[in-house]
Amino acid sequence: MQTRWAIFLVLPAILGFFLWQVGPMIANFVISFTDWEVGSSPQFIGFSNYKELFFDDFIFKKSMGVTFYFAIGSVIASGISAFIVALLLNQQIKFKSVFRALYFLPSIIPLVASSTVWMWLFNPNFGLLNYLLGLLGLPGSEWIYGEATAIPSLILMSVWSMGQTMIIFLAGLQGIPRQLYEAVEIDGGGWWARFAHVTIPMMTPTLFFHIVMGLIGSFQAFVQPYLMTQGGPNYQTMFAVYYIYNNAFFYQRMGYASAIATILFLIILVFTLLVFGTSSRWVYYEANK
Amino acid sequence: MTKRKAKIINLTITYVLLVFGAIFFVLPFIWLVRSALMDITQIFIMPPEWIPRPVRWSNFPEALTSVPFGRYFLNTVIIVFFVELGVLITAPMAAFAFSHLKWKGRDLWFVILLTSLMLPYAVTLIPTFLLWKSLGLVDTYFPLIIPSWFGGGMFNIFLLRQFFSTIPVELDEAAYIDGATPWQVLWKIIIPISKPALITVGIFTFMNTWNDLLGPIIYLNSPEKYTLAVGLSTFVGMYSGQWHYLMAASLVVMLPIIILFFVGQKYFIEGITLTGLKG
Repeated sequence: MQTRWAIFLVLPAILGFFLWQVGPMIANFVISFTDWEVGSSPQFIGFSNYKELFFDDFIFKKSMGVTFYFAIGSVIASGISAFIVALLLNQQIKFKSVFRALYFLPSIIPLVASSTVWMWLFNPNFGLLNYLLGLLGLPGSEWIYGEATAIPSLILMSVWSMGQTMIIFLAGLQGIPRQLYEAVEIDGGGWWARFAHVTIPMMTPTLFFHIVMGLIGSFQAFVQPYLMTQGGPNYQTMFAVYYIYNNAFFYQRMGYASAIATILFLIILVFTLLVFGTSSRWVYYEANK
Repeated sequence: MTKRKAKIINLTITYVLLVFGAIFFVLPFIWLVRSALMDITQIFIMPPEWIPRPVRWSNFPEALTSVPFGRYFLNTVIIVFFVELGVLITAPMAAFAFSHLKWKGRDLWFVILLTSLMLPYAVTLIPTFLLWKSLGLVDTYFPLIIPSWFGGGMFNIFLLRQFFSTIPVELDEAAYIDGATPWQVLWKIIIPISKPALITVGIFTFMNTWNDLLGPIIYLNSPEKYTLAVGLSTFVGMYSGQWHYLMAASLVVMLPIIILFFVGQKYFIEGITLTGLKG
């Protein structure tokens, strides 16, 4: 009886998995070998889309480069800052929950709204950031409007919204058994020994989770280029998903856009496998459960 | 003595760092609020002024009526409502089958479904669009709502399964002896004691739907069907440079999420912790 009920209860989820995940993924692969304008019928053109991407499309190359740059930069920068804040908060301090709420709040603000606010903060003439730089006696920056500074600016913005990662790290730190720290202290170890031999190894599973999910997420950033930079200046923020969106819904090139999506998918897959593959070397799991 | 001294120094550094960091995290909000309440001349004064003189409340009605934000709000609420319904009905079903029922292949299917968490949405975007297009349902809310009725997303199933696993199966068995079906056990026994987990799922679903931009800009063409996120993004294009209006509108769009956060902070934090740690 349980089996029949179970099948009925999981059916929507399993159907959904094939209908919205596996099916479209396979279809995307097939469509990438066609020339398909919406409204007309698809033409099979073999590897032409891929040939064009790799040999004739300089925007694509730029797009892949800047997507990498942003994804890796923001995962590292937001990871480190989240870790530092989590370490600071993981002590007996006053106003802990106030600090925690303040650091967390930006991460749940709708990206459309926070992007609008940051455009204004980044404004080279009247924005807050250049004013603050001026107070410190530093020259102003072009921020998202300058080629060299556009991605670092967006990474700064991603640091501002690292709150969810910080909460996960904080929970991870709180889960580290006290005895481990005490053991180090008995052996005469200072804070560095505690940090390097207890905190870091015990936190590796949590760091691992952040790296995997963070990379998958930031490889697919869309709102920032769509709203703030339109991929500019000089394609410096032409992130992959925004380039897919432009090709599919602006130039109506469904096949070409699918080819980019396939490549992005493969890149994310390789990165995820890479992180997983090396994990046994640096991720510490509690005593071989 | 030295140990106490070291502790005081350590605490001082902690507070200094935390306060400096907090300033960086809070300043954008202060900048947002002060800009939303200023008139267009004061906003451009350099060095910037912090106190709006006069406080220009009229930025809000002016910004919100220049494009039909009221309509967008209503549209967003409609979508959120039906998405929540789909998630909160179908996700507990799957989570229950994956935690309380015994069937062949249960754990295997669970792992298979978990892989969907790692599948980039970019790779499903175009085929899914073409599917809805061929069904003639582009420019309706169906493409934004229907997918949530298929299990409500693996993230939610995972979170609920974690919670359901802590509920002893003996409770179910007692009900089965009284002749209950698994369906009744789920809705009459499991659901009523799982409120915290369901609220967490509800909050996350609300947030994701409320904040989604890519889905609505792909599927909705008619301006009267726009959601708040799309409405704000077109507003940014139309009123570029009018920062007092842009800030007023941004503030209104983020306000429901901020209110939700202060009401249900506990659930936000629990939900994130639950999925992040046991992932």
